[in-house]
Amino acid sequence: MSAGAGPVPGAVHVLGPLEQVPVGEGRAFGVAGEQIAVFRLRDGSLRAVSAVCPHKGGPIADGTIDRTVVMCPLHQHSFDLATGCSTTGAGPLHSYPVTADGEGNIVLQLP
Amino acid sequence: MTTLASRSLRPKNIDLRRRLVVIGNGMAGARAVEEILARGGEAQYRITMFGDEPYGNYNRIMLSHVLSGEEDTGNIFLNSLAWYRENNITLHAGVRVQKIDRFAKLVFSDDGRATPYDVLVIATGSRSHLPPMDGMYMPGGMLLPGIFAFRTIDDARNMVAYAQQDHHHRAVVIGGGLLGLEAARGLQSHGIDVEVVHSGGHLMNVQMGPDGGAVLRRSVEALGIRVHTSSRTTAILGDDRVRGVRLRDKPDIDCDMVVVAAGIRPNVEVAVTSGLPVERAIVVDDHMRVPDEDEIYAVGECVQHRGEVYGLVAPLWEQAAVLADNVTGANPKAAYLGTRTATKLKVAGVDVASMGLQAPERDTDEHVVFSEPSRGVFKSIVIRDGKIVGATLLGDSRKVAYLTQAFDRGLPLPEERVALLFDVGGPGEEAGVAELDGDAQVCNCNGVSKQALVDTVKGGCTTLAGVMDATRAGKGCGSCKLLVRQVVEWAADGAVAEDLAASYYVPGVPLEKAELLKAVREQGLRSVSAVFAALAPGGAEDAKSKMGLASLLKMMWAGEYIDERDARFVNDRVHANIQRDGTFSVVPQMKGGVTSPDQLRRIADVADKYKVPLVKLTGGQRIDLLGVPKEDLPKVWADLGMPSGYAYGKSFRTVKTCVGQEFCRYGTGDSTKLGIEIESRFQGIESPAKLKLAVSGCPRNCAESLVKDVGVVAVEGGRWEIYVGGAAGAHIRKGDLLATVDDPETVTLLAGRFMQYYRERANWLERTYAFVPRVGIEHLRSVIVDDAEGLGAQLDAAMQQSVDAYVDPWAERDDPLTPGQFRTSLPLTVLPQVPVR
Ligand code: SRM
Ligand SMILES: Cc1cc2nc3c(=O)[nH]c(=O)nc-3n(C[C@H](O)[C@H](O)[C@H](O)COP(=O)(O)OP(=O)(O)OC[C@H]3O[C@@H](n4cnc5c(N)ncnc54)[C@H](O)[C@@H]3O)c2cc1C
Ligand code: SF4
Ligand code: FES
Repeated sequence: MSAGAGPVPGAVHVLGPLEQVPVGEGRAFGVAGEQIAVFRLRDGSLRAVSAVCPHKGGPIADGTIDRTVVMCPLHQHSFDLATGCSTTGAGPLHSYPVTADGEGNIVLQLP
Repeated sequence: MTTLASRSLRPKNIDLRRRLVVIGNGMAGARAVEEILARGGEAQYRITMFGDEPYGNYNRIMLSHVLSGEEDTGNIFLNSLAWYRENNITLHAGVRVQKIDRFAKLVFSDDGRATPYDVLVIATGSRSHLPPMDGMYMPGGMLLPGIFAFRTIDDARNMVAYAQQDHHHRAVVIGGGLLGLEAARGLQSHGIDVEVVHSGGHLMNVQMGPDGGAVLRRSVEALGIRVHTSSRTTAILGDDRVRGVRLRDKPDIDCDMVVVAAGIRPNVEVAVTSGLPVERAIVVDDHMRVPDEDEIYAVGECVQHRGEVYGLVAPLWEQAAVLADNVTGANPKAAYLGTRTATKLKVAGVDVASMGLQAPERDTDEHVVFSEPSRGVFKSIVIRDGKIVGATLLGDSRKVAYLTQAFDRGLPLPEERVALLFDVGGPGEEAGVAELDGDAQVCNCNGVSKQALVDTVKGGCTTLAGVMDATRAGKGCGSCKLLVRQVVEWAADGAVAEDLAASYYVPGVPLEKAELLKAVREQGLRSVSAVFAALAPGGAEDAKSKMGLASLLKMMWAGEYIDERDARFVNDRVHANIQRDGTFSVVPQMKGGVTSPDQLRRIADVADKYKVPLVKLTGGQRIDLLGVPKEDLPKVWADLGMPSGYAYGKSFRTVKTCVGQEFCRYGTGDSTKLGIEIESRFQGIESPAKLKLAVSGCPRNCAESLVKDVGVVAVEGGRWEIYVGGAAGAHIRKGDLLATVDDPETVTLLAGRFMQYYRERANWLERTYAFVPRVGIEHLRSVIVDDAEGLGAQLDAAMQQSVDAYVDPWAERDDPLTPGQFRTSLPLTVLPQVPVR
């Protein structure tokens, strides 16, 4: 598969070591042309949503999270980390299935 | 021997206090005395009051309710006779003062008394104006029975008694202003048929324009009150009592009583005959002092201040406070600068509010009008330079509170002007209440703020009557009752839990600040995750609460705080302020606004090297490099070699200074040096909200110290004034004077102690401009300056701990704390791409 040809439906991407994302924070990744924010919750589990806030383009990976939501740093809209739906009336983010593999890598699947 | 002995004892009994005499025992006179007592005036003055009316002081505004029978005369007293006794005030009730001898400092009254004074307060108020009409007086000079003025408790009682006599059915009220309409409505409640005769072209022509007046007329007539405008009463008919009135060019009207409400005239006779300056009323300066008379003050409706004579109570409260500040020396600089008055009609069935201009005056004035006469609704707003300068609202009082506030304070207005008139798409009345500031005054008569009402509801009092009793709100003129109800309903609304949450320090932990501090301390919770685990329902984290908790724990534990980076807001993770495009701004520390050629050169080089899009001087006297990508931050800091200026945190920000003594020809203190010292000491300490300071070298205040969280002003004699709680951002407030001290060391000490007290007591995001008035400057002074609660040492030590724990966060440039701390999150630039498996 060549990169840049746009996302391949259902494709699985390895984003590298888990340690890139500190506990409780998020980091952004470019995946097949998509901008994706990956979060590592305090219980160790991962969540992935689109990295661009639907409100005014805020950087979601810089947001503050808890167990259920991420809050955009620009105007504090909140989004459910599991579904991407806004809890404050903004448009939704995409959410992506994400896990860690046996070697401690982040593995993300595009829809 | 014995005589000598008893004589030598006598001086002990001599009262050394100065003599304060007040002429006029009405709302202004009594309020001024209350304010004087509140400032410890009893220790300075022996107080004597003269009142023409044979009573204590009552709430004149309530006479409308007495007339309508809604209120009993017994219930409207503000100061009963017992109050005068308890406060050792000599009251001569029913005694009229006739003349003042300014040179002998004596007051002569109609009971033959000559009373000496050291300080004199004139508060003689006004009386009803009785325009000349034929047939008003009986041959002996008495008013014809059945003619009434509407000014005093006796007037109201006599009117009620007269109206209730069986054979009296009809009344004419002369005057269609505020008072006349209230009188008309009041008489109706005694079964009297009322007509209003008004010489103006429309009702309430002082307060509103003809269009509003026309709508008001419909509403008043709908209540069954007939209205005659542009009608002048030329004569009262009847020989033994009132039988009717004669109008110019119109048929006579039969009636049994006449109420004259055709305006008021200040009571200035005493002042005139005593040689004091009187124009339309007694002239006073900004200190409420009669010009050229050091010891004579005047207050209330009898005064003319900067050309204005007021006929409402709101100005009088402000005047009384200023007068007391000056008379007691509590604040010899206190100045009254005038009041923007708003009036409301308090008759059941008609909602009228009006303020400022009736209509546009300049070509550039905006005029927003809505008129729906069939429903009795009329709204008109005049806007100049984006501020409300006048409004008339009839038949719909929902926006009144907000508009009054906007008018009072010159608040910025919504782009869509229609939102001023209606709650567009909003939830109606509630929005009106919700958008009021906490310190907005809901009850103007008794000075009760929205916050006071909300606090009372929070204190567990949820009935309207209970809240009114507890706060006295709505117990003055009563025109605010609807608003009080709305605020109470709003404050007590819905899930009580939600209501409680408003008092939590952060939404996710159900504890008020004091309880939270206690729990954190007792359980030794040193990290944000530990606080959630121990204190949040179900141990659940809450994103909205993290930043507030992180700040609080850092304040409490200083060096022992366990810093979890995810609890910080992004600004505090990367020590810069995030901007709309996801880049950051860099503001290096520039203590006291002082820089050097070397610093400027480095800043210039950095700006070149990193192609900084905008280099700007900030309002905080330093230089901002805007538009720096996250990944460049560590390099930028390294090249600058300057510490962080904390322009991003909820923390101590800056100390602005002026050039001060060293260079300025007026400077009386080294403001620059002190500003730098303060900034060096308190740099970066976190607090519930931003702390911005200033030090000025003299009262010209070039560093704007009066509008800072903590502002310091050097004054003559090497002394320093410390102001707290000032603001000039979203909110404008002049700081309160905390103390005047002798040396810069004490300034630093007290400023630190104040800031620590604020850090420990203020709510999250509560700036000092809200905190200081909430806890009160007197209280702060006693805790911080007088150390009345013995907290001083503890506060100083806690502050010292925070000072000692300071580390420049830009040191993280060499050693990022978390992986990818400065990696871009910015979707607009190319992110690291990963290969597909
Ligand atoms: C840079 C600066 C404007 C300038 O170019 O001069 C500035 C910029 C911002 N101000 Fe300010 N304020 C700046 C001086 C002021 C001042 C004047 C002063 O400090 O002497 C005030 C009035 C004083 C005050 O604080 O009350 C001021 C009152 C505000 C307020 C209103 C606070 C209030 O409660 O009244 C906010 C909003 C807030 O804090 O919620 C605010 C918020 C902001 C923020 C941080 C908005 C934000 O969260 O992003 C702005 C950051 C812009 C950016 O993209 O970096 N800024 N701001 C000034 C930085 C001063 C400094 O050197 O630190
Ligand atoms: C019926 C009515 C309704 C009102 N409604 C409102 C309202 O809704 N909102 C509002 O803001 N305002 C209202 N007002 C106006 C408000 O009552 C006055 O602004 C306020 O009372 C003025 O206070 P004052 O102390 O200056 O005068 P006053 O309250 O009139 O007090 C002056 C006192 O001095 C006494 N006095 C005068 N000369 C002498 C002398 N030579 N010797 C001794 N004593 C003297 C007088 O007898 C009087 O008791 C209303 C007034 C009336 C009459
Ligand atoms: S505050 Fe006074 S001393 Fe300082 S610069 Fe201004 S005028 Fe000069
Ligand atoms: S851009 Fe995210 S909330 Fe506005």
